Amino acid sequence: MTTLTTREAVTRARGYRQAVLSWVGADGYPMSVSGSFRTDATAGTVVVGPLPTSSRPPAGQEVCVTFSHIRPQRGVGYDERRYINLWGPATHDGGSVRVVADRASGWDEAEVPFFEYAERNVPRARSYMENLGAQLRLSPFWKFFLATRLPFLTATIIPVSLGGAVAASHGSFHWGWFLLTLLGAASVHLGLNMANDLFDDINGADAANVTPTPFSGGSRVLQYGLVSRRGMLGACVGFYLFAAAIGLLLAATRTWSILWVGVVGVVLSLVYSAPPFRLVHRGLGEPVTALGFGPVMAVGAYLAVAQEWNWEPVLASIPVAIFVALILYVNQVPDRIGDAVVGKRTLIVRWPKARVIAVYTGLAAIAFVVIGVNALTSVSPIWTLAALVTVPLALRVRRGLVKHYDQPYALMPAMQDNIVLHLTSGLLLIIGYVVHNLLA
Amino acid sequence: MAGVLPPEVEELFDAALVGELTVVGRKGRPITYPLIPLYDGQYVYLTSAVLFSKKLGHIKANPKVSISLSDPVAVPAANFARVTLQGDAEVIEDDTHEGWEELLPLWRAKEPVIDSFVKKRFAIPLFFERSIIRITPKRVLYWRGGDTEVDPQVFELEGVS
Repeated sequence: MTTLTTREAVTRARGYRQAVLSWVGADGYPMSVSGSFRTDATAGTVVVGPLPTSSRPPAGQEVCVTFSHIRPQRGVGYDERRYINLWGPATHDGGSVRVVADRASGWDEAEVPFFEYAERNVPRARSYMENLGAQLRLSPFWKFFLATRLPFLTATIIPVSLGGAVAASHGSFHWGWFLLTLLGAASVHLGLNMANDLFDDINGADAANVTPTPFSGGSRVLQYGLVSRRGMLGACVGFYLFAAAIGLLLAATRTWSILWVGVVGVVLSLVYSAPPFRLVHRGLGEPVTALGFGPVMAVGAYLAVAQEWNWEPVLASIPVAIFVALILYVNQVPDRIGDAVVGKRTLIVRWPKARVIAVYTGLAAIAFVVIGVNALTSVSPIWTLAALVTVPLALRVRRGLVKHYDQPYALMPAMQDNIVLHLTSGLLLIIGYVVHNLLA
Repeated sequence: MAGVLPPEVEELFDAALVGELTVVGRKGRPITYPLIPLYDGQYVYLTSAVLFSKKLGHIKANPKVSISLSDPVAVPAANFARVTLQGDAEVIEDDTHEGWEELLPLWRAKEPVIDSFVKKRFAIPLFFERSIIRITPKRVLYWRGGDTEVDPQVFELEGVS
């Protein structure tokens, strides 16, 4: 509920069909009666009625006048939810009741979307549950799913699979080593997601963000009290240790070069959000993400499978690197207000809308040019040109940014398209290699 | 079995998708909240997410409440009328996670989409931690045809529990 000026409340009331007048009766029970009404915004008054004597509060009685609108949509829920409450003393005006508003509040989901309204009340909810001695519950699966942000693993699966596909095109592939590499890379990724949530909880960025979406604003498990910081830290360290064990095993059994790639990956994942580096706070989150979820993972997978160095996984993964960085880039758009509050100066915080969109367009264009150049110069198989069919997706994301830059929830389809762009283009690059291998 | 409310009032509560709950706030001020009312023949129920718990605090401090059905769009009953029900409310929150789910059959009858929301409760878990507000009706004021320019018909329901 937002506090409104009485003048604003009375002006807005004109858009409603009826008023509900409520007061506390002599017997202590609230009494309510609805009626037609007229307003005077300048005087801050609402006149409700006519009403019979039995349905009027005594003169001088404190009353609440409610204006409520909702559009029930059977099978869908509700929309157009909005209401206003204004309070003041009642006076009699012929057969009607005049209320001079001295206080008002209300909510309109067109201005404050329901999810933001709910998010703003999270501290109240947690405090209420704490007083009840109740614990927010969710099944272990959903806690794991949320805390690790599991669906984002596609950002790891694509570059690792691409590295494996490149190795296969060079005549080297082994499912066991490939899957072990994928497991190790996924562990680093999940550890990174949890570390990022921990740091954003400690620095207040996630708490300051009242417009989280499924794609941005962190997992929220710490803000909602689903997982403790200690639990999150334990799981985070566990994922990193598991990844380190796999890295050592791969290094000892395949090639020691993979150890250095692994170290670079882990270091990048930590300096991304860990103090004192906090590269994401310095506008360097995108290049770090591009490097880590592009060449580092592709080269790591290639080394684990092929046991030798080659430039091809580096070049082939450039488009994937750009698209994954663009996921972070676009997902930071709705986070920018909360990020700015805590000094997390991402590129989106630093730049105006026009530049953000121009850079998105430019980077996406570069990614598609690299796909074309790689294929036409035989760095990658010609079949990888199929990834160019995703150009319309990038254009759709751009249109979404132009239209809904300031509307976090309306921007969600564009954020989803952007993730699908990375996933689809990456899959088509991998399929290009697979087709090449099958036909070779 | 006949319910505790007059049949014409029951019809309204069975149809109502939104009603206006009025509670007594600090300093004795009335405060009104739009909510979906549910009725089982004996009590009127509302549920409140812990996210929006202010009203629960008010009810615990003063259980006297009223609920009005006033908007013909939100009360799609064949014989629309306006009604205000006064009663004593109790907040039931022994189990905010699952306790309110006993009201799902009543909720589902009015809003079938609730099932799909409940399936996605992991996405907004605090919204589905809910307290039940159970109102024991004491008095009903009924405006036939929704005409509030005339005196309401009053039904005293003392003895209901």
